[in-house]
Amino acid sequence: MHRVKIIKEFLKVKEITIKISGLHTEISTDSGTIKAVDDVGFHIEKGKVLGLIGESGSGKTMTAMSILRLVPPPGRITRGNIIFEGRDLLNLTKKEMESIRGNRIGMIFQEPMTALNPVIRIGEQIGETIAFHNNLSRSDIKQRVFELLRQVGFEDPEKRYIQYPHQLSGGQRQRVLIAIAISCNPSLLIADEPTTALDVATESQILYLLRQLISGQGMSMLFITHNLNIMRRFGDYVCIMYAGRILEVGSVEDFFSEPLHPYSRGLLDSIFAFKGDETRLKAIPGFVPKLSDLPEGCKFHPRCMYVMPICKKNEPEAKKIGEDRWVRCYLYQN
Amino acid sequence: MGPLLSVSELKKRYEVKKSLFSRDREIIRAVDSVSFDLKYGSTMGIVGESGSGKSTLARCILFLEKPDSGRVFFKDEDLMDVKKNELRSLRRDMQIIFQDPYSSLNPRKKVYETLSEPLLFHRIVGRDSVRERVIEILMDVGLNEDFIEKYPHEMSGGQRQRVAIGRALTTNPSLIVADEPVSSLDVSIQAQIVNLFLDIKEKTGISMLFVSHDLNIVRFISDDIMVMYKGMVVETGSKQEVFYNPLHPYTQMLIDSIKGDFFKKEVDYNTDISQGCPYFPRCSIRNDRCKKDTPVLIGDKDHKVLCFRYAN
Repeated sequence: MHRVKIIKEFLKVKEITIKISGLHTEISTDSGTIKAVDDVGFHIEKGKVLGLIGESGSGKTMTAMSILRLVPPPGRITRGNIIFEGRDLLNLTKKEMESIRGNRIGMIFQEPMTALNPVIRIGEQIGETIAFHNNLSRSDIKQRVFELLRQVGFEDPEKRYIQYPHQLSGGQRQRVLIAIAISCNPSLLIADEPTTALDVATESQILYLLRQLISGQGMSMLFITHNLNIMRRFGDYVCIMYAGRILEVGSVEDFFSEPLHPYSRGLLDSIFAFKGDETRLKAIPGFVPKLSDLPEGCKFHPRCMYVMPICKKNEPEAKKIGEDRWVRCYLYQN
Repeated sequence: MGPLLSVSELKKRYEVKKSLFSRDREIIRAVDSVSFDLKYGSTMGIVGESGSGKSTLARCILFLEKPDSGRVFFKDEDLMDVKKNELRSLRRDMQIIFQDPYSSLNPRKKVYETLSEPLLFHRIVGRDSVRERVIEILMDVGLNEDFIEKYPHEMSGGQRQRVAIGRALTTNPSLIVADEPVSSLDVSIQAQIVNLFLDIKEKTGISMLFVSHDLNIVRFISDDIMVMYKGMVVETGSKQEVFYNPLHPYTQMLIDSIKGDFFKKEVDYNTDISQGCPYFPRCSIRNDRCKKDTPVLIGDKDHKVLCFRYAN
């Protein structure tokens, strides 16, 4: 019996691709220091998608930039750990970081037009990344590019290889960016609003492609979006950010069946509430606070319908509620 | 009483160069033979992806863009025949709200100036009662007197959009055209603005054209829905019909996508569609006829669709 238990325990051990803890990123401005990322922590398992969800200014993009160590000055990472493949990214030299970016961690950004160089052929742009990180012959690189183009759904890689970005549609360009991102078989893919600029049908195709790549190659993914609807169909875990903090973490099933934080509930209500008989949407009152002008205590309390006296004075800690389930709210402290 | 707005066979084409240095020109049919009626007090939602012509249609209806052909009747007056100075007084009765309230509000004008200007220009109130009316409007859009002295940059996106809505209401219009009015706002703010539109509708009985790519929002706010694709109306009808009984494959795809299904099919953009059904390259139920002939809208007044599948 005991042995069975041990084996079961063993099987439950998950392979963690990246683990972030206590991450703080600050931006110093003339009018003071802005805490863009404040005590952010989460991990992503192998082959899983974590959706980092937040509104504008919630710090989701800054979190991604911190992982890649690409925080633009005057911003800087002040504290925290980012453990990736056994090493803390925050302790690496610039050179070591360069060998990780684009190689072990792939990146996809929102604007497929601006992320590609308009005067370089598609094939060469994909090959560039491969050549930078690998010691391969030109013909080997070319073969790899064809392979990648096929992998992201182009049936005619030879033709695509010599095309320029403007000859492709938005969805096709995003496919090229995905090919670049996966060109060195990264173990982590960071995608910042990768489908926001695309129409519904194209968005669906890109998500389908990403899902295939993740399950096929065992990649993990950090998917940044403001769109909860996408996460419901696409993600494994959801992480809700607000004013630089993480308010709630949970699996997609748990989160969408029972959101805990009042902000999460408000967000879900405001998009999924209506079944046809309601006359108004359930809106969250108030407005998204500016990072330079945050309230005391819990950052969500001015908009919260369950606000208590303590919420106005102190900020709650993130509390573990269950398996992979965290929430930062005084309603769940006991 | 006839409809407030009646659009028939509206067309707008743009000629664009095929590429930067090319002499070849290509004709883009941004709005292609669009016809519809908007009843007094009702809201029509216009849905479509970027490039479907929904914004161009909205602008043509207000004559911010001159249509190439077709008729636009507003309160039984044909806008095609109206002279420029008459159009100005008609504009008072039809207002527009744009997507981005940051660029549609003058950054150097305080809220008071933004709202008092149309009141004075159209002589809606006298100078002595302007301030009072401005405050009333601010209250109507969920703001208060404190906002009078603010500049756009001092407000959040949602507050700016409220001011833009307030400005549209200054002239007591019969029609408001809202072009993606919530797309640039944060998710938690979108619902507030949608509710504001519903409040205004209930209070004033105003008619609205609500243009959006977000079927979820359109479904909530509209009485009727019109789905556009490549400049053409592919399906139109009451909200109930279009949403719960979608006929066109494109509408079905849009609805599936908010329910959460993925599509595997690659969009074939390169297929020549100078003739035939505009949706042919992406259609899952196409046949040879769709490639050659262009379908026409068929159906009754509650539900029309542009597809051969439903033709006899």
